Amino acid sequence: MTPKILLPFAGVLAVLGLFYLGLQVDSRELPSPLIDRPAPAFELQSLTEPDRTLTEQDFIGEVALVNVFASWCSSCWAEHSNLVELERRGITIHGLNYRDERPAALRYLRRGGNPYTHIAFDPRGDAGMEWGVYATPETFLLDANGRIRHKHVGPLDAQVIREEFLPRIEQLTAEAAS
Amino acid sequence: MIGSTGFIPKSLVTVLALVWLAAVPMAQAIPLGTPLEFDSQEQREQYNKLVRELRCTVCQSETLHESQAALAGDMRRRIYDMTRSGASGDEVVDFLVQRYGDYVRYRPPLQANTLLLWGSPFLALMAGGVIWWRVVRRRRALLSDEALSDADRDALERFRRGE
Repeated sequence: MTPKILLPFAGVLAVLGLFYLGLQVDSRELPSPLIDRPAPAFELQSLTEPDRTLTEQDFIGEVALVNVFASWCSSCWAEHSNLVELERRGITIHGLNYRDERPAALRYLRRGGNPYTHIAFDPRGDAGMEWGVYATPETFLLDANGRIRHKHVGPLDAQVIREEFLPRIEQLTAEAAS
Repeated sequence: MIGSTGFIPKSLVTVLALVWLAAVPMAQAIPLGTPLEFDSQEQREQYNKLVRELRCTVCQSETLHESQAALAGDMRRRIYDMTRSGASGDEVVDFLVQRYGDYVRYRPPLQANTLLLWGSPFLALMAGGVIWWRVVRRRRALLSDEALSDADRDALERFRRGE
């Protein structure tokens, strides 16, 4: 008889366990269908040189990060110093300035420094939609052939950089060299 | 909110709001409640169906039809433009799924990784059926139990008398 009495408790515990696991899942981070696909095409003005047109080809050629940012996005500001640090260590970073205004974005870069090699200016979010952007900041990792190999949604803190990005960058750089 | 503080006259707030609205550059996104023109009734129906079946990826419990998010406005614009240029509903959904993944669909497709999702109502029904069948079987077994034996009757009689 005793085991049978325990059955409802076991059931309740199992359901609670599922709820608990559900709480651990970060539902904001969606798997991107763009992983292992070529960098999506776009044609936009350069943020810093308005006369210049940038396309996805300007982002391609070496292992590089593509960081989607905006001056109105506070968590972008939170990760900005880390991007500056990464650039200082020799990692190429391109920017996609998402749904922003040019003066505000330029002010943002004057305050925080400019770690980006090229910055595409996307005030209407056109390229953002091609890249499946839904929550800034987002960071893509491109291999030397311009294929998206990883994507992170949310700020790049030290742990994310150490665990998600540096090993992959190292591996992709080695692949590109061989 | 501002008008209720009492520091600023309401009319001034209205004027400021209008000036602000006029200064905002024509955004491409379609804000909620914008009247839209279509070339045909089919296009209107397709648009209205799609915005109710696709999810806003920023505010994940809202459809595009009800979301205030800027991204939802962009997505509505894209659906509107594609619909007006003659794309079918499937083409629009494919376009968004290729960029945002299956998650944008409120109606998930039946495929390997959604089998459990689609199957769970049937699994629950089957589990319920099994439990029901077992309960019925046990009760039936109780019914078919023999009547009380003479020894049982004697025992009951003794209890009744309080012995």
